[in-house]
Amino acid sequence: MKMKVTEKDVCYVADLANLALSAEERTGMVRDLNSILDYVERLNELDTTNVSPMAQVSDCYGIDNAKQGSERFAYASREDIVEGLRKSLPQQAALENAPDTDGTFFRVPKVIER
Amino acid sequence: MELKQLGIEAARSAVQDRRTTAFALAEAHYLRIQKEDEQIGAFLTLCKERALEQADRMDRMAAEGKPLPPLGGVPVAIKDVLSTRAVRTTAGSKILEHYNPLYDGTVVARMEAAGAVILGKTNCDEFAMGSSNENSAFYPVHNPRDLSRVPGGSSGGSAAAVAADMAVAALGSDTGGSIRQPASFCGVVGLMPTYGRVSRYGLIAFASSLDHIGPLTKTVKDAAIVLRTIAGRDPMDSTSADVPVPDYVAELQKPVRGLRLGVAKEYFGDGLDDGVRQAVESAIDKLKDLGCEVVPVSLPHTPYAIPTYYLIATAEASSNLARYDGVRYSYRAAGVKSLSEMYRRSREEGFGAEVKRRIMLGTYALSAGYYDAYYLKAQKVRTLLARDFEEAFGKVDAIVTPTSPTPAFRLEEKSNDPLAMYLADIYTVTADLAGIPGISVPCGTTKEKLPIGMQILGRHFDESTILSLAHAYEQTA
Repeated sequence: MKMKVTEKDVCYVADLANLALSAEERTGMVRDLNSILDYVERLNELDTTNVSPMAQVSDCYGIDNAKQGSERFAYASREDIVEGLRKSLPQQAALENAPDTDGTFFRVPKVIER
Repeated sequence: MELKQLGIEAARSAVQDRRTTAFALAEAHYLRIQKEDEQIGAFLTLCKERALEQADRMDRMAAEGKPLPPLGGVPVAIKDVLSTRAVRTTAGSKILEHYNPLYDGTVVARMEAAGAVILGKTNCDEFAMGSSNENSAFYPVHNPRDLSRVPGGSSGGSAAAVAADMAVAALGSDTGGSIRQPASFCGVVGLMPTYGRVSRYGLIAFASSLDHIGPLTKTVKDAAIVLRTIAGRDPMDSTSADVPVPDYVAELQKPVRGLRLGVAKEYFGDGLDDGVRQAVESAIDKLKDLGCEVVPVSLPHTPYAIPTYYLIATAEASSNLARYDGVRYSYRAAGVKSLSEMYRRSREEGFGAEVKRRIMLGTYALSAGYYDAYYLKAQKVRTLLARDFEEAFGKVDAIVTPTSPTPAFRLEEKSNDPLAMYLADIYTVTADLAGIPGISVPCGTTKEKLPIGMQILGRHFDESTILSLAHAYEQTA
């Protein structure tokens, strides 16, 4: 069986996903991703040439079909106003759950490396 | 007050008529949790102060002779993926171990406004990713019907809490079967409403085009009461639909005689446990006795549902979970020296194995060169799956299937084989993909006395029909 995903691919994808996988995890991931991707291969049995993709269930109900494009979802649009549906959080509250702050800002390690 | 089989109306009227108090009812449930939950593990966090304050509010109303709202004084449990203001909300993950939301999700606010007393937050698979509850970062949940078995997942804590009478009702979430499958495993009722029927505002997102919130209850009527409470348009969720909410409780009485029930052979094939097959077939016979007409239907793309689901759900999850960066509210790894190291190590240490697996799969399926072959392909097959249902619902009013191919399996039985675990959702993922509503209602037990669930699927926004069928069936049992 041809391996679809190599350890190199796993490293590349882990990098994209911002995950520092251990060596052991990488090995497991190669095994699991290949096994799952092998299984999903069966989708290629289906001819989907003229089938449009479905991104959202709400694409197909509860809307006025007489309208075009985004007009169909007019009910979901609202005025873009500050302090609209919900009040902005007070600064203190917004910082409450942060792992590190200086009382005014979120604190993070140095962004610019040299 | 006897908690066994205590339903919403009985609990509410006992508080209303001053035969008990909401306070005493909440305390009785906490006592039961204290006694039972050590071995079950259904709860992650209890919020007794908040519960007793609400109970007190209800008791004062009752004492003044005011009519209580529909859930007045009723003790409920909330799955830990739903935001509760100032009450720890972990989504079953270490990355949110110390997270206290700053607001209530819409469903939580609506439940409380309807008088419900929130006892606490229920255990679940991490970020609702799992079918056994073994992916909780804290501890697994044991099935109250047989402690050596899983309660199902991912809303396993909610199902177990209701099954063990530690709550009268609970809220769960369903992305691939996470309400219906645990309801089936624990012998309770679980309802996944139509996509958009219930606001997702305040739900910690797993896969946004597939996530649904719904009730787990002891009876179908209770599911209707909870749905009536939480359904309806919410401006805070742009995908919540602007469709009128019927009185689901009144509509339970709609006659089922003459309804056409679809039975699809694709849901009765290989891998279906014999005991489950027999129970569901005899439940279908009972529905026939009630005057329903059984019509064979075909849902030919069913075998492609699991692969479609695991591409779409993981792709959406990889995007949704990008927000856990260790800056604003999640876990941060210690001793990191750069921003990039902070992201990588915090996520590596904060997420569990299954979550990382899904983030990886989803990121892979969305990455350059693979997007068309995997993600776009899956979205196209999703259209075909939705069309299967559209066609079937041209001929029938509802479709009846088993909820799960097997009864509850043993802890650790499938935990080392992700693919085998994914297949536990084989009969439930289709409804999530198509966005149609589905209910699981208990329909007997296996020889080993394990609960079995029958699933009834309906048309978009036609919860009334599946509720009335489930209710009519329940009355025959």
